Amino acid sequence: MIRARKLGKRFGDKRVLRAVDLDVPDGAFAVVTGPNGSGKTTLLRLCAGLALPSDGQLEVGVPRARIGYLAHEPLVYRELTALENLELYGRLYRVPERRERIGMLLERFGLWEARHERVGSYSRGMTQRLALCRVLLHEPELLVLDEPYTALDAAGAGLLDVQLAELHRERTLLVSTHDPDRVDSLATTRLALA
Amino acid sequence: MNYVADVRALARKDLLLELRARDTLPAMLLFVVATFVVFHFSLPAHSSRLAASGLLWVAIVFTALLGLGRAFVPEREQRVLDGLVLAPCDRSAIWVAKAIATLAFLSAAEVVALPVFALFFHGLRGATVAGMLLADVGICAVGTFLGAMAVATRARDLLLPLLFLPLAIPIVVGGVGASVVAAPGRYLGFLALYDVLFGVLCWASFEYVVTE
Amino acid sequence: MGAVERQYRVPLPVLAVASLVLVTLALALVFFVVPNDADQGFSQRIFYFHVSIAFTAYACFAGGAWKALRHLWKRDPYADLESYVAVHQGIIFGSLVLLTGSIWARISWGHWWLWSEDQLVLFLVLFLFYCAYFMLRFSVDPGPQRANFSAVYALFGVVLIPVSFLAIRIAKHFIHPVVFTSNVTSNLPGSMLWTYCITQVALLVLAYTLYRIELAGKRLDLRLRELRLA
Repeated sequence: MIRARKLGKRFGDKRVLRAVDLDVPDGAFAVVTGPNGSGKTTLLRLCAGLALPSDGQLEVGVPRARIGYLAHEPLVYRELTALENLELYGRLYRVPERRERIGMLLERFGLWEARHERVGSYSRGMTQRLALCRVLLHEPELLVLDEPYTALDAAGAGLLDVQLAELHRERTLLVSTHDPDRVDSLATTRLALA
Repeated sequence: MNYVADVRALARKDLLLELRARDTLPAMLLFVVATFVVFHFSLPAHSSRLAASGLLWVAIVFTALLGLGRAFVPEREQRVLDGLVLAPCDRSAIWVAKAIATLAFLSAAEVVALPVFALFFHGLRGATVAGMLLADVGICAVGTFLGAMAVATRARDLLLPLLFLPLAIPIVVGGVGASVVAAPGRYLGFLALYDVLFGVLCWASFEYVVTE
Repeated sequence: MGAVERQYRVPLPVLAVASLVLVTLALALVFFVVPNDADQGFSQRIFYFHVSIAFTAYACFAGGAWKALRHLWKRDPYADLESYVAVHQGIIFGSLVLLTGSIWARISWGHWWLWSEDQLVLFLVLFLFYCAYFMLRFSVDPGPQRANFSAVYALFGVVLIPVSFLAIRIAKHFIHPVVFTSNVTSNLPGSMLWTYCITQVALLVLAYTLYRIELAGKRLDLRLRELRLA
């Protein structure tokens, strides 16, 4: 599903990625590790389609509409409620049975009671969970998750463990993390950036 | 039509954001009325009545700039723009929706500003209002486009007026012409031409402003 | 990535010599050979340069916009730098338009600035616009985003040129009655026409030479930086 050969990325003078090779077949669970500044986020942004490579080749076998990307930032409007945010994304991604799906996701991630509150009033953990709702809303075939465990407490992290295992059954995952041991049991492909 | 549905969803979001924040529109109203008062004190005794008409357009352009500077702030602040860019919609829809929302606010401000102007100075012609509608489209189209760029730079609100004012000069010419000249048709036509030319340019190139 | 070498047909030294020769020839023609203009006398001579410089500036802005289009549309890796250098040349020549125009206005009419001269006012607007181009460019870190922003703004500039010109023309109906009439005689007799053509060609060649020189210098800079980082 993802094939990268000698992938490189430069921003002006700064070189962030150098000659990266990556193969993520359909249904795989790929884990990218590396210290801060090694280019994990940049690699994931390239795979999600938010940036273009400076050198090398990158092929992603799924269209934009079938990719879900979880960034460092939750990518939700703080002034709007959880429901309004998901409504917007639901419309943009043309999610069928939008209302039901949104309701189901909010419940699954424990945000149903807070659905009418401004996201600005949420805790970091709640915002992260909302971001996960956003990512899963349109049932993407490829999930690109940038350090998904950030800001989650033990309960939230446990929930995410279960979610990831379940998602892996039907989708391809590309995950970057600081804590490789947590997802090691699920990982089928590993890439370590210098 | 998917494009229209996308624009509608995005425009709804923009209008909702402003209704929640409730800061841009009141600021624009206060600013434009304050500017009129300043004009009263800056027009010497024997200035022509037409001078005030010209100044109206200056007031509108700068009031618009106030609103335009805020247009893409929610998107850039937490990089929500990435979320919109990831979506399968055409990227130009983001600009169309934002321009429509800004147009709504500018028009709302003018609904108050124009009667106040007529009160403080002198009456308004139909041609002035028509010119204002056409000019608003141009101002919002170009202004939101440039606002999307400005908000991604280091200089931010310093930059938007610099980028926008040279492009606003033809709009001011068209607007003032429509307000003061006996046969305003030529100026209204010119404003329409401006709107079409720059509208198409913005629509075609917005993609490149938000992607690589 | 070594996106810095593009092969050119005419080598730089040849261009430099050609521009030197042509500009000298033009200067000689304008100041020594061509006869005095019947209406204006000696001061009219500056017009040969004023008009040629203006046209050269338009050509630079148009070139910058063309390269901008190549960058956006064809993803030409050299085009961003070329577009920037072309716009830079354009603004240099644009400042010269304002300078020569102002000098001519002072000599002919006694004022350092004339709002009635359409071309002069147009260049004032363009000068403001392209200065903003540089502020935009320097306010963004180098990278794909800066290249895209610059390219898009360069395209706006080139659309602004005719629109502004039209605006300035129609503005004259309400701004103030035209006091001074424009003075470029449209039918130039014999030697005047030749002189104008040679001056125009000389300035275009000069602009292209300066463009190539600046481009070479910037590419060298980039190359050095890349080698240092690699």
